[in-house]
Amino acid sequence: MRMSATLIAAASALALAAPLHAKTIAVAAGEGAQTRLQEALILAAPGDVVELGAGRFVLTDGLSLDVKGVTLRGKGMDATVLDFTGQKGAGEGLLVTSDEVTLRDFAVENTKGDGIKSKGADNVVYYRVRVTWTGGPNETNGAYGIYPVESTGVLIDGCKVSGASDAGIYVGQSAGITVRHSVAEGNVAGIEIENSRNALVTRNYVTRNTGGILIFDLPNLPRMGGGNVRVEDNLVIANDTPNFAPKGNIVASVPSGTGIMIMANDDVRIRGNTLSGHYTAQIMVVTYPNAFKDPRYNPYPRHVQVGYNTFSTGNQNRDTLGRLQADPYPAGAFPKVLWDGLGGTQVFAPGAGLTAINLNFPKQGAGLDQAKPQPFDLPAFTGVPPMTAYVGAPAALDNRITP
Amino acid sequence: MRLLAAALLLSAAALAAKPLAAPRPPVLSGAGPVINTTLVNDAVVGSSEFPARLSDYNFFTDAAATRPGIGVIEYRLNTPLWSDGADKSRFLYLPPKGQATANGDGLLGLPVGAALIKHFAFGGKLVETRVLLHRADGWVALPYVWNAEQTEARLALAGKRIELTTPGGQAISYAVPNKNQCKDCHSQDGAVIPVGPKAYNLSPEWLAGLKSRGWIDQMPKVSRRIPLWEDRAKVKVADAARGYLDANCAHCHSPQGAASNSGLYLGWTVKDRTALGVKKRPVAAGRGAGPHEFAIVPGKPDQSILLYRMASTEGGVAMPELGRETRDPDGEAVVRAWIAGMR
Repeated sequence: MRMSATLIAAASALALAAPLHAKTIAVAAGEGAQTRLQEALILAAPGDVVELGAGRFVLTDGLSLDVKGVTLRGKGMDATVLDFTGQKGAGEGLLVTSDEVTLRDFAVENTKGDGIKSKGADNVVYYRVRVTWTGGPNETNGAYGIYPVESTGVLIDGCKVSGASDAGIYVGQSAGITVRHSVAEGNVAGIEIENSRNALVTRNYVTRNTGGILIFDLPNLPRMGGGNVRVEDNLVIANDTPNFAPKGNIVASVPSGTGIMIMANDDVRIRGNTLSGHYTAQIMVVTYPNAFKDPRYNPYPRHVQVGYNTFSTGNQNRDTLGRLQADPYPAGAFPKVLWDGLGGTQVFAPGAGLTAINLNFPKQGAGLDQAKPQPFDLPAFTGVPPMTAYVGAPAALDNRITP
Repeated sequence: MRLLAAALLLSAAALAAKPLAAPRPPVLSGAGPVINTTLVNDAVVGSSEFPARLSDYNFFTDAAATRPGIGVIEYRLNTPLWSDGADKSRFLYLPPKGQATANGDGLLGLPVGAALIKHFAFGGKLVETRVLLHRADGWVALPYVWNAEQTEARLALAGKRIELTTPGGQAISYAVPNKNQCKDCHSQDGAVIPVGPKAYNLSPEWLAGLKSRGWIDQMPKVSRRIPLWEDRAKVKVADAARGYLDANCAHCHSPQGAASNSGLYLGWTVKDRTALGVKKRPVAAGRGAGPHEFAIVPGKPDQSILLYRMASTEGGVAMPELGRETRDPDGEAVVRAWIAGMR
């Protein structure tokens, strides 16, 4: 009997997905966890699963994984905890430098630097991973919770990050990104997409950060020209934690009470989100504010489309920026969108036709003292052009998150 | 054959530019040359295994790993990595008929079968030895930890913490890197590579020695050399500081290194002032930036993140992230003076 073509195709697909002799290496919590777990991560072969037992792994140094196609899997984000409270060295809790890695069902707590960093690690999946600084917002917490950088293909699903002194979920200098179904609470930035392209941020719950969702593009970096980003169907609620970022970092300039903030970038679409309780701005669209010399860099936002979103309890005039916006508006009304006024007619694409405020900054690099706020109506829909490329992580990454 | 081997050994010894931290054992005995008949185990160097003991390679002819075997040549770097003030000695192994290749002023090309071996000692005792093996499918980095008797060093794939006292008198928990952490520094575009033997950080005499024996294809062309670290008070402070930053930072802080995403590039040949950190804002430094806004503020070392991170020993702040538990006062002084004099 002939084997059907489908079966052959299925068999070869399986062979590609799981190399022959792929094995499961079980690592239990307890004495010597640092050495046993690190050895397992080094000796794993492509396709292997390193399975963490339930319990608390007490670790003193950063862990790292450099083998392609390995799955690191625990018994659940509340059951398996990698505890870095006593960490002595390394810049992060777990560093991944190989492609096609899946991280799932475990937690990382109290790292000295970043929580989990994956660098140059294409097609990485973070699924139901928790990164927590258990003492809550604090300047001495590590910078990023989940931190993929310089990667193509990033899927972050069902994760939970709190306490990061920069961004809870930060994707930098990457492309083909989906961040969904995740919770970011009590970080400086909840979710930040920086110098990246083709990103989808959807169905996340982002609350009690300083700023909820940040889409930034910065100068002097190997990869610039961020854009083609969709921010859709997120709950962005009461991001009003005082900014606790160390001063020199760009997120230190994010005012508390900011829902969604776009800085530079080309083609960003914001729709279907529910925004509530942001006393500075529900949505802020601004130019990179600092001096720069990089001729490759465009500091202005371009083609930002603010579609239909649900807004409630916005600007409550608690600070300078709040008062600047409130003055031109009658009591009870507040602008949905705050714009610094720079970048000309290219900044906004036609959208839901909302009330906005234009600070009329005279030039890139101007300060708030030079603002001349005026009410402003965003252009209304006249037809929505398609995005220039597929947005989100490659669909194949979904296959790795079946339970 | 044996005579040739002996000749090679003698040449290797003669090439050594600087004595070992521990006194180098005499190569000549009263009766004449010591004939070393031990050959490096090329099969082990080239295998796909992770050998369990340093002695499996036969890089050295004695258990204490002080006498280099045939084809094993000691070298030094003009300015080295700090490594908590460890006494370090470095060796290059070239396999039979193997030849290094010049690559401008940059990293020497080393053939498959070559190896780099580096001892780390504190208080006259070897603590660890790191080896870099050039195998058919690329370089492999492995750390070996010495026993208390100093008779054997065993593979520590997952790294190790060792309590010891530095030459500066500080009790520290010294971190032997795990195999992956070796790659953090020894990495270029994701592949493991050597860091140290760049022509601009090697002495011309040592390179000439290689050339005269045919162990390198040609003399590398170097226009500007990193000064000797011990000459730092005599040379331009910018050269001393830039040499220090190259040796201590640039393995990660280069466009192909582990810190490529920072845009901060500290190699000896970097010319772009922003890339070097001048008025450059941090990107992903997090609390590593402390209260400061720029990597380097000309004339203001105390407002420069670069020096702030050099002066910290706290995880998440301290730079380099790996391999430094204590501050390097001499390194800080040179970088401080450089930034202070900068406009």
